Amino acid sequence: MKTKHIVVLLGLGLLITAPLFAHHGNSNFDIDKKLNMKATVTEWVWANPHCWLKFDAADDKGNVAHWIAETSNPADMTNLGWSRQVFKPGDHVTVTLQPVKNGAPIGRVMQVVLANGQTLGTRIPGVFGPEVDAPKPADSSK
Amino acid sequence: MSRRLLTLVLPAAAVLCPCLVPSSATRAQQSRAAQNQNAAPAALWNTPSIAPKQARPSSGPAPRRDISGIWDAFAAGIQPTGVKSHAPFTEWGEKMANTYKPGDGPRKVSLGLINDPLDGCDPAGFPRNLFFELRPFRIAQTPDQILMLYEYQKVWRAIWTDGRELPKDPEPRWYGYSVGHWQDDYTFVVNTVGLDERTWLDNAGDPHSADMRVEEIYHRVDEDTLELTVKIDDPKAYKEPWLGLNKFILRRQPASFDIREMICAPSEAEEYKKTVAEPATR
Repeated sequence: MKTKHIVVLLGLGLLITAPLFAHHGNSNFDIDKKLNMKATVTEWVWANPHCWLKFDAADDKGNVAHWIAETSNPADMTNLGWSRQVFKPGDHVTVTLQPVKNGAPIGRVMQVVLANGQTLGTRIPGVFGPEVDAPKPADSSK
Repeated sequence: MSRRLLTLVLPAAAVLCPCLVPSSATRAQQSRAAQNQNAAPAALWNTPSIAPKQARPSSGPAPRRDISGIWDAFAAGIQPTGVKSHAPFTEWGEKMANTYKPGDGPRKVSLGLINDPLDGCDPAGFPRNLFFELRPFRIAQTPDQILMLYEYQKVWRAIWTDGRELPKDPEPRWYGYSVGHWQDDYTFVVNTVGLDERTWLDNAGDPHSADMRVEEIYHRVDEDTLELTVKIDDPKAYKEPWLGLNKFILRRQPASFDIREMICAPSEAEEYKKTVAEPATR
């Protein structure tokens, strides 16, 4: 796996507005934290009330964690250009997420960059909140 | 378009973009869509619901006694944090509200503590389906009923227009009993009673009683615009009547708009709970 690091950015909470989720609030997510990681997709579940992406990602010591990151529902994700077919197991992607507060490898997706460079966001500018996109992985890797 | 013009235009279009050569069936659908002023979506199936970035062209006048069509409020219809405001609770209303643990809104609790009936895929019911997840829906008119067909939970309501009165002592229903009449040529009024007390009013866990009466006013402003006002009259739960939606704007979508499914499947909801919600709150 090409994973080199996991970058944790603190204090960006004011700059990044959390994605809007249709059903549940954000009380479980640490809105001050953002993880950016190279990931290998293991499963993509296209379901209500939320879709979720399962993937493996290694930290800088090479320890692989099995992550689960939710998105909004299929209707919202379709509006954002996602689909049931957008990931398949084994795909190498870069995931930016907000983790939950309890330290479990669970979060919600802010964006995914596919192997071909395409960026999939979780917001619709002008529709789902202000037109603020998550910073690109290249910008946030320090 | 004349056949001669087509022979000129289609090959030219094909050079520019091969995807522009559709089958005759899809061409007919696209042609119908193109006749509509809102013909933005290119997708003929599972049409995205995305607010247009640019102002739409000026609309034609409202047709008389006609609110049929596919309507969408885009993101404004989702209302994850509940209604904007409501009248003060009665003592009963307050007591009920305290037993409702919502996942969003001013009284939100963390994922594992939510007791929203929607989480187990109970019906949203009426009028929560207007105050939460109001996504694209079709209004269809028949001689005796106006039908409302909603994307969210793929449910429908029938509003009787045959002159019958509301039931006096109705057996409660998730979506109640509705009758409607034309207040004027551009304003359709619906009254609903017999609503199941188990449903929440919105995503913020606001309650209602089985005695609630709901009035919806659909005002066709012009060909492409429908204004929806919803009045809640529930003296058992609220100290005075209040408006859940006030001249809320719905935009007409192209006739080709393909409304998707958005169904809460209990097996999927259970899997989400086990896989994401519970581990996130442990």
